[in-house]
Amino acid sequence: MPAPPCTSCHAARAALRRPRSGQALCGACFCSAFEAEVLHTVLAGRLLPPGAVVAVGASGGKDSTVLAHVLRGLAPRLGISLQLVAVDEGIGGYRDAALAAVRRQAARWELPLTVVAYEDLFGGWTMDAVARSTAGSGRSRSCCTFCGVLRRRALEEGARRVGATHIVTGHNADDMAETVLMNFLRGDTGRLARGGGLGSPGEGGALPRCRPLQFASQKEVVLYAHFRRLDYFSEECVYAPEAFRGHARDLLKRLEAARPSAVLDLVHSAERLALAASARPPRPGACSRCGALASRALCQACALLDGLNRGRPRLAIGKGRRGLDEQATPGTPGDPAQTPTPKAVPTF
Amino acid sequence: MAAPLSVEVEFGGGAELLFDGVKKHQVTLPRQEEPWDIRNLLVWIKKNLLKERPELFIQGDSVRPGILVLINDADWELLGELDYQLQDQDSVLFISTLHGG
Repeated sequence: MPAPPCTSCHAARAALRRPRSGQALCGACFCSAFEAEVLHTVLAGRLLPPGAVVAVGASGGKDSTVLAHVLRGLAPRLGISLQLVAVDEGIGGYRDAALAAVRRQAARWELPLTVVAYEDLFGGWTMDAVARSTAGSGRSRSCCTFCGVLRRRALEEGARRVGATHIVTGHNADDMAETVLMNFLRGDTGRLARGGGLGSPGEGGALPRCRPLQFASQKEVVLYAHFRRLDYFSEECVYAPEAFRGHARDLLKRLEAARPSAVLDLVHSAERLALAASARPPRPGACSRCGALASRALCQACALLDGLNRGRPRLAIGKGRRGLDEQATPGTPGDPAQTPTPKAVPTF
Repeated sequence: MAAPLSVEVEFGGGAELLFDGVKKHQVTLPRQEEPWDIRNLLVWIKKNLLKERPELFIQGDSVRPGILVLINDADWELLGELDYQLQDQDSVLFISTLHGG
């Protein structure tokens, strides 16, 4: 039995059925619809105004590849310019290969590319070094916890270097749904409250961030990349099997198989949660060390690096952060507010 | 009763790593009693092509959730999924979505 005809152009055979509407579309019409939806997300949310210099977090992976490709097509219409910013976490064998993919893309798209490395920004700490430091801490290594925080900081730094006014990342609907599940499972009500909406407006001096693909399901991102013949890097990070997100992802995939709308419904639910008064997070202030937005005396990046440099990597992980001396002397190795001097290569 | 079939089986999005890194495979499916549908093709792939860690590709009698299946460039959902009857010169593409983006 052949596929039904495309309900948009009526000319070609349908290649897929859209999960939300059930509409059958051919490859070309699907790609047009996908692009139109991203444009709508950006325009309706006033995410990227004319004149914006937009730093695209580019990892070489499927989401950022699709994001950069779509935004590049929409850039003239939106009146924005694009800068690719890639983060080198220092993961041997994985990140080098991914960066090679980003470089190919930058050349093909003729877009400027800036690479920022953890090693330079964070006093010699590569993810491989963090992983070694956190190995054998009992439960799973939690090096991914460090990476998430530090990557955000690195992306911010890269964006500033190129004079960006906005940061965009390729998070898709599945990523958002996984994050909702993770926050529930960890009892992280603060993040649950902050996580929804269209991104961060940019408080405390941080650049505004948004996720133009956040309403696109992961499946559709991959299909778009397929029909547009986009080349992307598709290997899993070597540390990914240890990340807590994997549990949320497995659960989400099983839920989706039973109920395809579960992904978007989860995000929808989280956006409409109202927290009990006792659960609302405190108003954020500024980190006493580097000045970034922080809900405690030290921001997460400074707190994590502090723990690493003191040989107590789990110091800032988990609720409470017991034992953390938040008045620790600024100027200790790994202080991100300092210009990194001769590499403080960690010793264990 | 199924006649022998010549089909192209392709792997992408990282799935090829389970198949020695080879993306395109031109396969000839032999004559057999049962029809050649996707269900039977998966059994054949597991037996003849899959090099390692079958649980990353197959779950039960279907593909692991997160692996997309395109038959002649169309989502298998439109064509009956596991029940689709393969025809000579068909092309089946398995794309993994299970990695960071």
